[in-house]
Amino acid sequence: MSFINYASREINCKVVYYGPGLCGKTTNLQWIYSKTNPELKGKMISLATETERTLFFDFLPLALGQIRGFRTRFHLYTVPGQVFYDASRKLILKGVDGVVFVADSQVERMEANVESLDNLRVNLGEQGYELDKIPYVIQYNKRDLPNAAPLEEMRRMLNPGNVPEFEASATSGKGVFETLKAVAKGVLTDLKRMAR
Amino acid sequence: MPMAETQLVLYDEDYRKVLGVCERLARDAHAKGVFVVDKNGQLMAEAGDIRGIDTTSLASLTAGSIAATGGLAKIIGEDEFPIHFHQGQRDNLHMTVVAKRIILVVIFDDRSSLGLVRLRVKKAGGELARLFEEIRKKSERARSGGGSPFSEITDDDIDKLFAD
Repeated sequence: MSFINYASREINCKVVYYGPGLCGKTTNLQWIYSKTNPELKGKMISLATETERTLFFDFLPLALGQIRGFRTRFHLYTVPGQVFYDASRKLILKGVDGVVFVADSQVERMEANVESLDNLRVNLGEQGYELDKIPYVIQYNKRDLPNAAPLEEMRRMLNPGNVPEFEASATSGKGVFETLKAVAKGVLTDLKRMAR
Repeated sequence: MPMAETQLVLYDEDYRKVLGVCERLARDAHAKGVFVVDKNGQLMAEAGDIRGIDTTSLASLTAGSIAATGGLAKIIGEDEFPIHFHQGQRDNLHMTVVAKRIILVVIFDDRSSLGLVRLRVKKAGGELARLFEEIRKKSERARSGGGSPFSEITDDDIDKLFAD
C-alpha cells in the first residue's frame, strides 16, 4: 500500500523480495546497500539468527529521485525463506506494492523454487492480492554456478506468465539493480494506472 | 478473500492536525518523543525532543513488532494486542494500535510515568482514530476522483527516474 505524503512531498512504496531459503534475497539487499550513495539510503536492518539466516526480515529504505516534485522512496523488505517461517512471511507481505521473486538457479533447488512461488501466491491471496495483478518480476539468481539449471527450463517452470525476468549473480551484483529498477518501474506505472 | 488495503494519502491540513495531536501528547505526557507510524512501517508524524534517532528504522521495526505480536494474538484467539510496553533502564517505549491501522509510539523516561502516558495516550488515540477515519475517506475519494499526483505523471517521468 503506497503512501502519498503531501506534507513532506513524498511517495513511499513497499517492495518485497520473496523466494526459497538461501536463494539470495538478503544478498540482493546487501549489494544494493553497498553500492548506493549514502544520501540516498537509510540504515539496513537485518533481523537474523546467529547463523545469519533471516529470522523475520531485512529492511532497506531507498530514495530513487523525484517525480513532479515528489520524492519517491522505496522500502525494500526480504522475507525469511525457510519453509517453517510462513507466519512471518505473511506479515511482511501486508501492504506490498511490488514483488521480486528470487529463484535459486541450482538444479537441486528447483522444487524449492516452485514450492516458494506457490506459497507466495497463497500468502498474497490471503492479503487480498493476486500475483498476476500486482507489479512482479522474477530474478534467476546464481547463474554463475556450474550446477545452474538451463534458463529455458526455469522459465517454463516459474514464469509461464512471461513477467519481466533477469539473470543474476547477487554476490557479484550482476542483475541486482536491473531487477530493482524493473520492479520499481512496475510499481510506479501501476500507481499511475490506478490514479487514472 | 480480504480486501487489499487502499493507498493512503496524507494532505498538509491533515498532517498538521495529526502533528498537533502528537505535540500535545508529548507535552501532556511529559514524553521525550511521540511518533505516528502506519502498520506498514511508514512514519507519518513525530513530535518531542528526541533528535538524531533513525526514525525510518524506528517506524519499520515498530510495524514489524506490532505485526509479530498481532500474529501471536491470533494464535491464542485474540484479535490483537492493542497496547505494548517495553521498559528500559533509562527510556521506555509505549505502543498503541489506533483504529486498527495506525501505531502511536511514545518514548518516555522517569520524568513521566506509565500511568500518565496511558491516560494521555487514551485521549490522543481517540482523536487520532477520528482523524485517520477522515484521512481514509479522503484517500478513497482521491483514488476514485483522480486526485493523486500520479494522475498527472507520464511514462516519460518514470523513465527519467531510471535513466542513468
